Order: sequence, then C-alpha cells, then structure tokens
Amino acid sequence: MEKHVVVILPHPDDESFGSAGSIAEFRSQGIPVTYLCGTLGEMGRNMGNPPFANRETLPEIRKQELKKACDVLDMNLQMLGYRDKTIEFEDRTEVANHLQHILEEIKPSLVITHYPGYAVHPDHNALGAAAIQAVEQMEEDHRPVVWAQAFARGFQEKLGDPDVINDVEAYFETKMDAILCHQSQAGGIIGDLKDYKALGADVLQEAKTRFGKETFYIWKFQ
Amino acid sequence: MKPIQIELVQQWLDKFINQTVYIHVETTNGAYASHLDEKAYNVGAYVRNVQITYNQAKIVGEGNAYRVGLKTNNGWIYAEGLTDWTIHEGSKILLAGHDREGRLMVALQISETPFDY
Repeated sequence: MEKHVVVILPHPDDESFGSAGSIAEFRSQGIPVTYLCGTLGEMGRNMGNPPFANRETLPEIRKQELKKACDVLDMNLQMLGYRDKTIEFEDRTEVANHLQHILEEIKPSLVITHYPGYAVHPDHNALGAAAIQAVEQMEEDHRPVVWAQAFARGFQEKLGDPDVINDVEAYFETKMDAILCHQSQAGGIIGDLKDYKALGADVLQEAKTRFGKETFYIWKFQ
Repeated sequence: MKPIQIELVQQWLDKFINQTVYIHVETTNGAYASHLDEKAYNVGAYVRNVQITYNQAKIVGEGNAYRVGLKTNNGWIYAEGLTDWTIHEGSKILLAGHDREGRLMVALQISETPFDY
C-alpha cells in the first residue's frame, strides 16, 4: 500500500481529467494525496461559455475551481507559482530542485506526472521532465515510484502497453464532480457532460468508457 | 466582458496617448489544436507587461469585430478580431476577441500600472 501519493501536473483540471479516479481510489484507502499544481492556467483560452472570465480575472477563478476540485477529491494542494505556457522556458534544473525539495519533505511512495514528450501540452512535457529529474536527483533508496501519463497521438505504438491500467469506473461520479468544478473550462468536453446525471444510458456509457480507465507507465530510471 | 462600444473604447484609448503604458497582446488557437486535428497548426504569441508610449490610437470596424492600431514613435501595435471589452480594476482597458464557444482568440490590454505577473 502507498504511503503518500504526490501528483505533479501543470494546470488546474489536469488532475481531474487524468487522475481523479486513481486519486479517489487512493483516498478511499486512507492514503494521503498531495497535488503540486504548477500554474493557475492563467493563459487558458476557455473563459466559460458564455464567457464569465477575462485574461485578468481568470487566474483567481481557476484557483478557486482548483481548490474546489481538491476538496471534492479530498487531497492536499500546493501551488507551485509558475506561469501557464512558460514552464518549458524555465531552467529545468531549477524546477527540478524546487520539486525535489518538496518531495524530500513529503516523502511520497508514489509520484504521478505526465510522460515527457508524450503529453501534448508543452507545460505537461516540461513539468513531467522536471518531476522525473527531481526524483532522479534523489538518493536511490529514497526515490518514490513514478507513474507517467501519456496521451499524445500514437503513444501506445511508441511506448507499448501502459504498465498500470486503473479501472476507476467505481469512482466515476467523483471524477465527474471534480471535472465539473472547473466551470471556466466549460465548453468542449465539460459542456457536453455538464448534465451527466441526466444523460441517456448510451452517452453515459460512452463517458464511462472514456473516463473510466486511467493508464500510466512506470518510469524506468537508468 | 461586454460587446465593444466603439465610442467608449476610443475614449479610453485616447486617455493613454503620450503616457508610458504596459501592454498585453496575445493571440492563440490553443495548445491542443494539432492534437485534436492533425491538419491544424498550433500558433500563438503573447507579450505581457512591455512598456510603450503611443501617440495615436484608433479602433475601427463594424458589427461585432473590431481592429485596434496604436502608433508609436518607432512602429505599431495592432490587434484584429476584437469583440468584447471591459475596464478592469477601474483603470485597465481589456479588449478581447472570442469565438462562438466563448474561447479567447486575441487580446489587447493597456494599463498605466503593470498587469499581475
């Protein structure tokens, strides 16, 4: 059983879309989970639909949405204070050192992050790489296991089958509730699922298929 | 934000003439454009809290989309596709263009004090 799980992702809502089911499962077993959220998604283009945020009010709105989602998922939150869309331009080692410092305090047994190069958004790839570097910098017997999430087109052909396939259908409602905390990001997928409780059986099944599994690769350190 | 009111926006643009102001200019089509559509391109740019002084400003357009040009001693700042505006914290003018799903496509913002980080 895990001792403490740390989730390291760059944007408010990354935790809900990608890992909420796994987080809910860990919490149901009484395992503490801490989210190190890289940015406030300040440069997101979704402003709500119809828009209720603007470029200057978005950070605070997303911070509140993030806190709500963390309440729903019953996990601790630490905001890292980077700016959306800039993580790849930061000094990689500085970010890694920052993360290493936090990891050495929390002493997690597991870290969840994005798979560098296979996570589509440059912030995902950069923070994932920094997180892995942070763990790599730790003494070998203190290193937590790293689960890396990939979703770039064709990732499975390149990386093979994921090592961890979490069937989280049992936590589907918690996951949806967490996703729906991010109201400013409504539109697209959230817009479609806003009334998920009233959806027909077919659509609900489709959503469960889409969100019911969370897959990860176990990072192999050299 | 609310739909652009051309006369009011022009008045605000004029207020900042010949003053040192902070600018935020941005355009984006999202970080997932080419992930969601293989044939699409990811493009975008943003400039935040760069100081300029402009000596001429004009908003032009009709219907629901507008263009703004700011003339400086050495060049221009320009934004197209602006649809909405608001005054933030009583003193900063925010102009943005949104698509039909409410997503921001372009922004031009002017302030006498820096925008938050």
